[in-house]
Amino acid sequence: MTSVPSPEVLRAPLVVEFPFTRSLGPVQSAFLTGLRERTVLGVRTGDGRTLVPPVEYDPVTAEEIRDLVEVATTGTVTTWAWNHAPRRGQPLDTPFAWVLVRLDGADTALLHALDVPGPDAVRTGMRVRVRWAAERVGAITDIACFEAYDGEAAEPGSAPHTGVFDDPVTGIVAAARLDYTYSPGRAQSAYINALSERRTVGERCPSCRKVYVPPRGACPTCGVATAERVEVGPRGTVTTYCIVNIKAKNLDIEVPYVYAHIALDGADLALHARIAGIPYDEVRMGLRVEPVWTEGGRYPDHYRPTGEPDADYDTYKELV
Amino acid sequence: MAPHDQPQVAVVAFGQSDHLRTTDELSEVEMLMPVLHEVLAATGLKTSDIGFTCSGSSDYLAGRAFSFTMALDGVGAWPPISESHVETDGAWALYEAWVKLRTGEADTALVYSYGKSSPGSVRDVLTRQLDPYYVAPLWPDSVALAALQAQALIDAGETDEPALAAVASRSRTAAATNPHAQLRGAVEQGEYAVRPLRTGDCPPVGDGAAAVVLATGNRARELCERPAWIRGIDHRIEAHGLGVRDLTDSPSTRLAAERAGLFERPVDTAELHAPFTSQEVVLRRALRLADDVTVNPSGGALAANPMMAAGLIRIGEAAARIHRGASDRAVAHATSGPCLQQNLVAVLEGEARA
Repeated sequence: MTSVPSPEVLRAPLVVEFPFTRSLGPVQSAFLTGLRERTVLGVRTGDGRTLVPPVEYDPVTAEEIRDLVEVATTGTVTTWAWNHAPRRGQPLDTPFAWVLVRLDGADTALLHALDVPGPDAVRTGMRVRVRWAAERVGAITDIACFEAYDGEAAEPGSAPHTGVFDDPVTGIVAAARLDYTYSPGRAQSAYINALSERRTVGERCPSCRKVYVPPRGACPTCGVATAERVEVGPRGTVTTYCIVNIKAKNLDIEVPYVYAHIALDGADLALHARIAGIPYDEVRMGLRVEPVWTEGGRYPDHYRPTGEPDADYDTYKELV
Repeated sequence: MAPHDQPQVAVVAFGQSDHLRTTDELSEVEMLMPVLHEVLAATGLKTSDIGFTCSGSSDYLAGRAFSFTMALDGVGAWPPISESHVETDGAWALYEAWVKLRTGEADTALVYSYGKSSPGSVRDVLTRQLDPYYVAPLWPDSVALAALQAQALIDAGETDEPALAAVASRSRTAAATNPHAQLRGAVEQGEYAVRPLRTGDCPPVGDGAAAVVLATGNRARELCERPAWIRGIDHRIEAHGLGVRDLTDSPSTRLAAERAGLFERPVDTAELHAPFTSQEVVLRRALRLADDVTVNPSGGALAANPMMAAGLIRIGEAAARIHRGASDRAVAHATSGPCLQQNLVAVLEGEARA
C-alpha cells in the first residue's frame, strides 16, 4: 500500500483500419457508374444550375433533385494548392496540385489532383482535362487526376442524360486506415506494468477511500484524481456471471463458458474475466476464485475456484 | 415558455489546460480533471451541485471508441447525473447546455471538452469527416483544404502572403502573455506546408482541455462578480460540397451572427476560431468587425488549437475578459469541418459597471 514513482509510461502502435462500405442513392450511383464509363454526370437544380459532383438534395432549397446531365471532361481550375509532399492515400505519389475544377457545362467545382511539374505550372483559370484511371471500378478515383489542356471544351457542354448504365454500381468500399501511437497514461501504464509481474494493482480514492481496479487515474464517484497504489487479489469473489452460448469469431474457447464479474480481495470495483476449471452450471455468486496464468500470458487467462467456502453475500453485495 | 420568460444565461467560470504538443503521461481524464477542478473551485460548486453536464470530444483523435465515457470519471457521475455529449467541439456542447438552461430545467451547467491529437496524425484523421463518396477517398488533408481556401482569397484580392504572415505574427505575439498557449511570441513563417500556406499560417497540433460553468439569472450573480451574459448564440452549416461553396465567404457565420444579435451594437473584443490565418480574413468580413475591435487577444487557434476544445476556449476567453472587466461586449466564434463549414457565434456582455 504505497505511492511509488510512475514507471515509464507505455506506448504502442495502434492501427484503426476498416473497409468503409456504403450504399449509393440513385444520383450517386449514376455518377460513379458514369465515371467507370468515362462519362461525367451532374445534376440540375430547380434554379437551373448544374452541380458536379451531383448531390441528391438541392443545397439551397433541400428539394430532392434527380435531373442528370452529362458535362464535359474538360474544365477550368477555380482554386489550387501546391502539395509538395503527398501523403498516403492521395491520388498521386509525386508532388501535385490540389485543384477545384469547374467542368465545362457545370456551375460548381469538383475536388481532385492536377498532375503538373511544379507550382509555376498552375494558376487559377487554367484549362484542364480528366485523365482516366486505366482500371475503373465506379469510384471517384476512376479519375486518376487532371492534366493541363489547352483546347476547347470537350463535348458535351451540358446534355440531358438518363443516368442508366448496364451493371450500375450500387455501393462503394472506401478503405480507411489511421495510424496512432497509443499511450494509456500513467495509471493504466502502472496497471499493465504490474500485470507483467503477475500482480494486480488498483488506486485508492483519497476522498471515498475506495480502491478502483483497473485504475484510470480518477475516482468515478468523487471526480478526483487517484494516485495511491494498492495491490489487490490475487484471489477474489464472483459477484455475478453469465453463461455464454454463442461462439465469438476468432475465439477458440468452447461454448458454453462462463464470464463473470470478480471482486478481487481489497478492491471496491469488480473486474470481469472468464471462469474455468469448474462445470459451467456450477458457477455461482460468492464462488471464490484465483487467476490462472499461461506461459508468456500478459494477463490472467481465466480464473478457477480456490476450493475455499463461498463468500457471504454481505461481503460483496455492494459490488454486484 | 416565451423567449422573454426564459432565464438569462451567463458564463461564470472558465478554465483551460496548458496546451502541449504531447501529453503521453496523461490519459484524457487525467488531462481534463485539473481543469474541471479549476472551474468548480472558482464557483465554489461541487459536481453534485451541477444541474446539467455536457461535453465535446471525438473518438477519432485518439483512435478509441466511446472515449468520452472514460472522461466522465472526472465529473463524479455517481449518484447519476443529467449528462450529454456532442461528437464535436465543446462550443456545441455549450450550445446544448444553454438550451437546457433556457428551458428552466437546470440553473447551472458544467461544459467541458478535450482533445488529444498527439497519438495520431490530425491532418489525416480529419479526412474522415469529409464526404465519404467523392472526397474522403482522395485523402485531402486539413491543411490542403485550408490552402485551397487561402488561394481563393488571394485570387479574389482579399489577402496576400504578407498579410497572412501579419495575422500569424499578431496572434503569436498576443499569445506571449497567455501562459496556456502552445506557440508564444515570434514564430517563423517557415516553409510552405501546402502552398500558399506556410507552417506559420497553420495551427500547432496539440493536446488540451477546457471547461466552462454556466448559470442563470441571480444564480450567476451569486457565483461570479461580473457574469458574462450570453445575449445571443446561434450556429449554422453550409453545403458539404466544397465546390458548391464560395470559399472566400462564410454566409453561415454571417447568419449565425445576425441571429445572435451581433450586428445590433458594436463589440470591443472578438475571439475567433480561425485555425488558419486565411480563415481570419474570411471571418472578419463575415462578422463585419471594425478595425478597433481587439481580435484574438489570447492568440487564438494559431497559438493553441486543441481539437474539440479550441472553439469552447474562444467562448471562455471572451467571457474571461468580461469577468475581469477588460471587455463589455464581445463576440466568440467556433468552427468545425473543412474551410469553416460549420460556425457558431455567441455574443457576450457584462452588466454596466458602477
